Amino acid sequence: MSGLMIEGLRISIHGRDVIRGIDLHVEPGTCVGLVGESGSGKSLTALASLGLLPSGAQVNAGRVVLGDEEIVTPDLDRTARVRGSGIAMIFQSPRAALNPVLRVGHQVERVLHRKGQRDDLRRISVAMLGDVGLLEPEKVARLYPHELSGGMCQRVVIAMGIASEPDVLIADEPTTALDVTVQADILDLLDDLRSRTGMGMLLISHDLSVVAERCASVCVMRNGQIAEAGASATVMSSPSHPFTAELVRDLMRSPVAQGRPDQARPSETEREPTQEAAG
Amino acid sequence: MTPLIEVRELRKDYRRGGEVLHAVDGISLALMPGESVGVIGESGSGKSTLARCITGLERPTGGRLLFRNRDVTGRSDRALRWFRRAVQPVFQDPLTALNPRWTIRQLILEPLKIHGEEDAERRLHDVLEDVGLSDQLLRRRPRDLSGGERQRVAIARAIVLRPSVLVLDEPTASVDMSMRRALLALLRRLQAEHGLTYLYISHDIRTVEETCGRTVVMYRGRMAEEGPTAAVLNSPGHVYTRVLVSAIPRIGNATGHDGRLRTRSVIGQDLSSSGCLFVERCPLALPECAAPPPVVEVRPGHRAACVLAESKGSSR
Repeated sequence: MSGLMIEGLRISIHGRDVIRGIDLHVEPGTCVGLVGESGSGKSLTALASLGLLPSGAQVNAGRVVLGDEEIVTPDLDRTARVRGSGIAMIFQSPRAALNPVLRVGHQVERVLHRKGQRDDLRRISVAMLGDVGLLEPEKVARLYPHELSGGMCQRVVIAMGIASEPDVLIADEPTTALDVTVQADILDLLDDLRSRTGMGMLLISHDLSVVAERCASVCVMRNGQIAEAGASATVMSSPSHPFTAELVRDLMRSPVAQGRPDQARPSETEREPTQEAAG
Repeated sequence: MTPLIEVRELRKDYRRGGEVLHAVDGISLALMPGESVGVIGESGSGKSTLARCITGLERPTGGRLLFRNRDVTGRSDRALRWFRRAVQPVFQDPLTALNPRWTIRQLILEPLKIHGEEDAERRLHDVLEDVGLSDQLLRRRPRDLSGGERQRVAIARAIVLRPSVLVLDEPTASVDMSMRRALLALLRRLQAEHGLTYLYISHDIRTVEETCGRTVVMYRGRMAEEGPTAAVLNSPGHVYTRVLVSAIPRIGNATGHDGRLRTRSVIGQDLSSSGCLFVERCPLALPECAAPPPVVEVRPGHRAACVLAESKGSSR
């Protein structure tokens, strides 16, 4: 397995600098979190690593290295060769990532087919759907995306993402559109796949708590730069950048998120019920 | 004290083909003046349908809706005018809730016009100040605004008629963390200044924890649990609430998610159970769960419809 290294990456869109020098390192088998608000450049960084930058966007400096191969530099784009098998990506809205008029099993088969595993595609695709925790995968394979829940769709997308055994999986807000219970299931699945395959993972989220819980290290992005990076535990316990401190403070206000079930909320926000509900 | 809004055994069924879906299946709750009540649950639990029934956007199939002890169930649209004015909705996505062709000025003036209010111009400027928007924006259209500004416009529209209740359906779901913080602060300030009462629907449990004094947990149209927010979230009575709370990402627990209570995975869901509806996913289900669940009073004012809920009596 190869790691992913981003060094001094700079990207501009129509001449405006949006990524202003990013360094990021995802070692095989580890999970690195990338946190920031919308517009901070998280997704653009991910897209650049896959050669999927929108038109008008341009890499001005720096490089992306997978293993020991340079795949992106200002005058080089070798991402086509690694896309899927070297680096794969899953997106926020699983339903939008699937083709609405094809059965999901067929969509997984198409990914496999492109990667040359021509023997017994159906059997392999059903096995993959089972691998990502879908019950009755034979049945699910015959369904269309609209017949699946959001969480099931995301599992299908993950199956497609890992179909060609990538070295690095980039998950861009993989659980943002999902319920908290489904979110935890999907994150568990990603953890499990990572430890089973040894792939590296870049987990992009606007939610620091998701990243802090799942990733050993975290990078906080702001205005196209890394505001803060370090071990999750360190960043959470002693954030150095004011923006991170604010995010952490927000989370600290929630006893539930701190896993201290017996701690009552701060009293100033507490409002006592005036009367119990009618029954 | 009289509740501002009370729903009793509220039901909303949707029929598709021969099937009946009980989107809201006998919910009873009361909103006291000035309080904030949160409604949490997974998607499909009926939270939004409940909100739509309470704001008069859907006609309930059964049960009663009372406003200041007056029954407003099944009234005609005309007869509901005063009620609609007093109970205003704020939706999740302001971009779809606001007419894209209208200017911000038109959008905020519309409710005043509909209700024939005088002094519209002054009210318009007052409400802009209330929600912290500059009047420079009045000639713009929704798409020219940021997500947070758009939601402020939606809130301005909702409060410009000086309602007593806001029914907020995922009001911060479409904005960033910092914007969410600002919107929540705005809602808190408006509540303090205007004595508003909130029904706050959200799947984001942490926001409800921060905002609401009391919380209702819904599962497939029914009330699983309700009580003071801190009690419901920190010592849940219903297994479903425990599942929800334990799925929240824990900070300071670098990797893995130990101690999480997981649901069992199911495929076909039996929609016609007379017992607890959560039983098929419940990790702790017992044979007793096939019968209608008892409503256990965990502590005074905190109730859970679960066999495993324990009554803790009065602690103080």
